[in-house]
Amino acid sequence: MKILVPIKRVIDYNVKVRVKPDNSNVDLANVKMAINPFCEIAVEEAIRLKEAGVASEIVAVSIGDKACQEQLRTALALGADRAIQIETSESLDALNIAKLLQKIVEEEQPKLVILGKQSIDSDNNQTGQMLAALTNMPQGTFASVVKVDGDKVNVTREVDGGLQTVALNLPAIVTTDLRLNEPRYASLPNIMKAKRKPLSVKPASDFGIDLSPRSTLLKVTPPAERQAGIIVESIDELVEKLKNEAKVIS
Amino acid sequence: MSVLVYAEHDNHTLKAETLKTVAAAQAIGGEITVLVAGFQCQEVAEQAAKVNGVSKVLVADNSVYEHQLAENVSLLVTELSSDFEHIIATALTTGKNFMPRVAALLDVAQISDIIGVESSDTFVRPIYAGNAIATVQSLDSKKVITVRATGFDAVATDGHAEIIALDTVTDAAISSHVSDELTISERPDLGAASVVISGGRGMQNGDNFKLLEGIADKLGAAIGASRAAVDAGFVPNDMQVGQTGKIVAPDLYIAVGISGAIQHLAGMKDSKVIVAINKDAEAPIFQVADYGIVADLFDALPELESKL
Repeated sequence: MKILVPIKRVIDYNVKVRVKPDNSNVDLANVKMAINPFCEIAVEEAIRLKEAGVASEIVAVSIGDKACQEQLRTALALGADRAIQIETSESLDALNIAKLLQKIVEEEQPKLVILGKQSIDSDNNQTGQMLAALTNMPQGTFASVVKVDGDKVNVTREVDGGLQTVALNLPAIVTTDLRLNEPRYASLPNIMKAKRKPLSVKPASDFGIDLSPRSTLLKVTPPAERQAGIIVESIDELVEKLKNEAKVIS
Repeated sequence: MSVLVYAEHDNHTLKAETLKTVAAAQAIGGEITVLVAGFQCQEVAEQAAKVNGVSKVLVADNSVYEHQLAENVSLLVTELSSDFEHIIATALTTGKNFMPRVAALLDVAQISDIIGVESSDTFVRPIYAGNAIATVQSLDSKKVITVRATGFDAVATDGHAEIIALDTVTDAAISSHVSDELTISERPDLGAASVVISGGRGMQNGDNFKLLEGIADKLGAAIGASRAAVDAGFVPNDMQVGQTGKIVAPDLYIAVGISGAIQHLAGMKDSKVIVAINKDAEAPIFQVADYGIVADLFDALPELESKL
């Protein structure tokens, strides 16, 4: 079975985000970029399914300018078999991303598509569900366990009250939560080998999809800073402050 | 204008967060209709009918909606969508799961996790784990929105809306529910509690979370945890407060043995009063705490419990 893993290039999670002085957006100039952490978990899960003999081929896909080839090479070094870059210099809405991915799903016919549940930049948490709707596939979002069983996949999901397990007909969409697995590091020989694995580039404009934006970003501001308070010396003082100053306990 | 609000519930109780989502609907403006999709969920419909500002409650009561599977619920909401300009749901498990499906079926974008309403088409939402705040104008004729409940104040519940039963049954028949493994707790729900006490890696193990229980009992608090504590296996994932766990904004948040990683702060920094107990005076949590105490939690917690 073939697994498709869409991945996104985002700001490295260790980088402190700064808003541009003109409030137009976040400043990404000269900032370290990386594969989105949830996407990395998706790649890892696909590799584990291949190692377990469930999957036969892993195709990674990313949408962006040439720079996202770096993240595709990372996926190849980790264990993906080949990669597709859908080339665009625009920053696209999740719906347009899902429409492009729908075309790749139609071409590649994967049994399983594994995506990160959200990217740590836009925090939308939409693409997997939208792709599921467009391809009329069932979805197992926020997955912490994925078990392929014949023509179904059982997905245990992290929900507000605990865990929920659903059974999905294949082909299906899975989006990853943090505890699905712990991604491996790419070894140096695999990084070298990844350079020779196939990576095809297709311009986004070739797919015949209207990719015009669905929203306008009016401004981006830093969050309200919270002022540090005081250090109290004793529990007695803490209780007194909470009762009489903050008035949050009685 | 008219707004459809999807009720978040468990077939018995309307989640308190829905009252805040209705507040967001009021900020958008227009007639508010609440949709309750579930199975044997009449109680929920009755609770929803009391929510202020709601004029109608639509009830889709059928076994295909029992577990609110995204595949089935999204078809239902899409079918109802023609009467509404705004379709909104709370950014909790159910809403986050099915709403993007609705948006894609309607061929519109979704605005996720709004914390403010500027106008009927312009919304405020956190990005980069709350390290930046974006103001976004939707260009679609129909708006599909999820609401971060902590951004809004709950509306009152002394209204009288009309309850209308729907006979629409939308069964995609491509997915099924297998099982739930839900944590049963006597304590208030994390999202709804006015006091939250959370433990971090400093708790050292799961047993030590018992130290938080006595305090939680005295304060009527919910118990949470940092991602570090969950990842270390001390407590289950549904207790996690943070960017990828629950976002909370109680009146009082007590962080115990939590260093204050950005990811955790994103989930609790809108709390009214934050107390930090940590033995490391340099821990970043003290930079957001209103009251900090540099102490060993194994001394501080029993003393705090005895003095409340």
